[in-house]
Amino acid sequence: MENILSEYKTVLPEDVKIWFKAGTVEDFPTNRGGCIKYKNKQIAVFNFTRRNTWYACQNACPHKMEMLLSRGMLGSAEETPKIACPMHKKTFSLVDGSCLSGEDYSIATYPVKIVGDEVFVGFID
Amino acid sequence: MIKIIVVGNGMVGFKFCEKFISKQGQEKYQITVFGEEPRRAYDRVHLSEYFAGKTAEDLSMSTATWYEENNITLNTSELVIDINKENKTITTHLDKIHSYDYLVLATGSSAFVPPIEGVEKEGVFVYRTIEDLDAIMAYASKIKKNGATEAAVLGGGLLGLEAAKAVRDLGLNPHVVEFAPRLMPRQLDKGASNMLRSKIEELNIKIHLSKSTQFIDGDNAITGMMFEEEELLKVDMLVISAGIKPRDELGRSAGLEVGVRGGIVVNNKMQTSDPNIFAIGEVALYNHMIYGLVAPGYEMADVAAEQIMQGEKTMRESIDMSTQLKLIGVEVASFGDPFIEHQDGTPIVYENKLTGIYKRINISKDGKKLLGGILVGDSSDYNSLYQIYINGMAIPKNPEDLILGARGGESTSLGSVMDLPDTAVICSCENVTKGTICKSITEEGCDSLSDVIKCTKAGTGCGGCKPMVIDLVKETQISMGKEVKDVICEHFAYTRQELFDLVKINKHTNFFDVIDHHGSGDGCEICKPVVASIFSSIYNDTANKHVTTQDTNDRFLANIQRNGTYSVVPRVAGGEITPEKLIVIGEVAKQFDLYTKITGAQRVDLFGAHLSDLPQIWKILIENGFESGHAYGKSLRAVKSCVGNAWCRYGMDDSAGFAIELENRYKGIRSPHKLKGGVSACIRECAEARGKDFGVIAVEGGWNLYICGNGGANPKHAVLLAEQIDRETVIKYLDRFLMYYIRTAGPLVRTATWLEKLEGGMDYLKEVIIEDSLGLCETLEKEMEKLVGTYECEWKQVLEKPRLLKRFSHFVNSDEKDDNIEFVPLRDQKMPKAW
Repeated sequence: MENILSEYKTVLPEDVKIWFKAGTVEDFPTNRGGCIKYKNKQIAVFNFTRRNTWYACQNACPHKMEMLLSRGMLGSAEETPKIACPMHKKTFSLVDGSCLSGEDYSIATYPVKIVGDEVFVGFID
Repeated sequence: MIKIIVVGNGMVGFKFCEKFISKQGQEKYQITVFGEEPRRAYDRVHLSEYFAGKTAEDLSMSTATWYEENNITLNTSELVIDINKENKTITTHLDKIHSYDYLVLATGSSAFVPPIEGVEKEGVFVYRTIEDLDAIMAYASKIKKNGATEAAVLGGGLLGLEAAKAVRDLGLNPHVVEFAPRLMPRQLDKGASNMLRSKIEELNIKIHLSKSTQFIDGDNAITGMMFEEEELLKVDMLVISAGIKPRDELGRSAGLEVGVRGGIVVNNKMQTSDPNIFAIGEVALYNHMIYGLVAPGYEMADVAAEQIMQGEKTMRESIDMSTQLKLIGVEVASFGDPFIEHQDGTPIVYENKLTGIYKRINISKDGKKLLGGILVGDSSDYNSLYQIYINGMAIPKNPEDLILGARGGESTSLGSVMDLPDTAVICSCENVTKGTICKSITEEGCDSLSDVIKCTKAGTGCGGCKPMVIDLVKETQISMGKEVKDVICEHFAYTRQELFDLVKINKHTNFFDVIDHHGSGDGCEICKPVVASIFSSIYNDTANKHVTTQDTNDRFLANIQRNGTYSVVPRVAGGEITPEKLIVIGEVAKQFDLYTKITGAQRVDLFGAHLSDLPQIWKILIENGFESGHAYGKSLRAVKSCVGNAWCRYGMDDSAGFAIELENRYKGIRSPHKLKGGVSACIRECAEARGKDFGVIAVEGGWNLYICGNGGANPKHAVLLAEQIDRETVIKYLDRFLMYYIRTAGPLVRTATWLEKLEGGMDYLKEVIIEDSLGLCETLEKEMEKLVGTYECEWKQVLEKPRLLKRFSHFVNSDEKDDNIEFVPLRDQKMPKAW
């Protein structure tokens, strides 16, 4: 299942080629995640209302490759916004995808932009 | 005003400013900084994180307004080109002239580029600044589009390996090319290098040792590297990271004394040959050495700052070059003299190729002192070994215990952190001693770990010393007689009991209210469920009310299983079920293709349900008279029973009936951890009631009530609370006991552990519950009565409110199910495909 991870590479805002419309703001619960399907990818999108920011990352937790991060809990470590995988509570920074609970793996993150009430996630291809 | 000019705005130049303004009397000085780079000082040690997505701002050492706030003038993108020692002035490339009283040169170093033919070709880079990294990233993405896959890094030292990781992060296959016959030749011996090499090669980074590059191949752009004997390595990019070269040109042209191989000569006050000019960091040549590590650079910055203010502090004679780091995920550490030879000491080596661990310690000839060592693969012993080495502490009679642990005995290398001398340097990045850390607590009023870190800066560098800092803070607080609280997490400095009271008194009903009033930050996976559970315990809110703060099981009202599907457990109170209801469970399992198993709590568990099938499954179950079994919640699971005197010839009472009554009474109530009960109709104890949080056993003349038992990792028999009591009294005592536990236990603490930690133990608990020594019983009973009276099945709630159904779908933008879920056959049923 390791090959799942090769699908996901961090996209920086300046590299975005395609802004994919993921839904409307209302489709996403507040301070929680929702999962969207884009081509063969599953992306977790978080409306972190408390921080007034949207985040997106791969839905697969690199620990056991389960498609779960969208069902995890949002939070912060020091100042860093993070997501905790519901399976074994591995936590990841939503800013740079690094693992905050001491593992070597990390997750890919994606830019999100809101235009009017529509939510877009940025991809390269 | 006394004028100080700092030339160079790297990590050490910044540290000089930071140290300087923290000293007394600094108001009399005016600092002006010149940096040739376009940005504020940034963390070069963690440069490779830039590739992993960190921004320049993330890496910055200070906030944008820091210089202004501290009255320091920062000139970026301005290069100092000349020093006039006689007039005490400098000139910048903008032809501006500034005068100084003291000049601090922190110009650092540049990447050393070996004189190889062709290094000027396109696609050859050095690895030093953010601008270098930007250029590397742009080039990598360009050549990748043309199909290039291979890139080389010249240099197998620390920085070279970091650069290799960066190249890998860019999606190219890295080749590390090293002239020496081993990796990290300055820190590691052959054995350690071999171990590191095999671990790194597992990560698809190729290592080429003992390779001398003859020339760079290619017309305009690099296409390969030619080694000796016509061996060609085809690569489309090369990153040079083969060492550093001090940026001493400014000092040199000003006539300051420089070393034969570069570097501005300084004395132990960090003074150059001109007493008004100081040099610090990688440009300074101290004891004939350039120190390419951050810790000595920081110490030099501190010494220079002290000296300028007429202080006494001087640089130590010998500088420690110990390091601990994680290289591409492999732990590597080296301290003291890693290579000692036989005449001075004896090495002890442990090597385990299976686990990829190499450890070496060098012991003095008399067997009394630790002189140095190397750790690869597992550097968890580094902190204690380093302390023993640097403080010259005595070592065990069998020195191998230091790396192998005392086999058979108890303590390992270093007993308690409190045994260290006050002068022991705990954080070598910031040069913070044990004494400083302890004093910050005993004398300066710090009373938490974060206070201590803020105040002393310990642990803010590489972070390797953090475990020791944590221990020191805790031990120091205990030694002062301070109560060390089990706080919930970084967001709440309260115990669960304290937070419970705060929520109750202030009538909070929303997590963010609670954290805004009593905590900080945004919460996390630890405190959110705790607060949700507190709400439930106080208001009997079901999990549907605080979806945001619920853990996944409570959020979806089912138990998450290995492949992200869920399992469903309907309540079967007391384990009593009609044939009709059993058939319904069977039909549901067939319809949704679920794996079924009887649980230990006398119920049926249905596994493998897709998230989006859960509402449909529950619709059928509820229509047929089932309700949630709360198998997913920290709440009452089940009350197990034997069949009782209705059928059993030994039975003394109606255990099944009593179990059903108790289960229905306490169902749905949220608690610090799960709760299980049991009722047996005689002392044969078929219901295993004494292995539960509460157990009731029928005896002559009534029921015996036992509490605080559990199975699990540490099995514990429940303890007798009262004997020969009637059903009403059992319920009265149970109401009081459960409510008292719910109020006072820590998060995820089961009743057995709670009782163990309860001061006074069972005797005390009897006083509270039976004799009402705290005068609490009436309140406890009322609170329980309220919870019992307001029970609702949360699955029924969901099905009645379409708004609540929205969360049971895998995708926001599609009705499809997760197509990654795969099952394989298991005996006559199925299971998730293996991880």
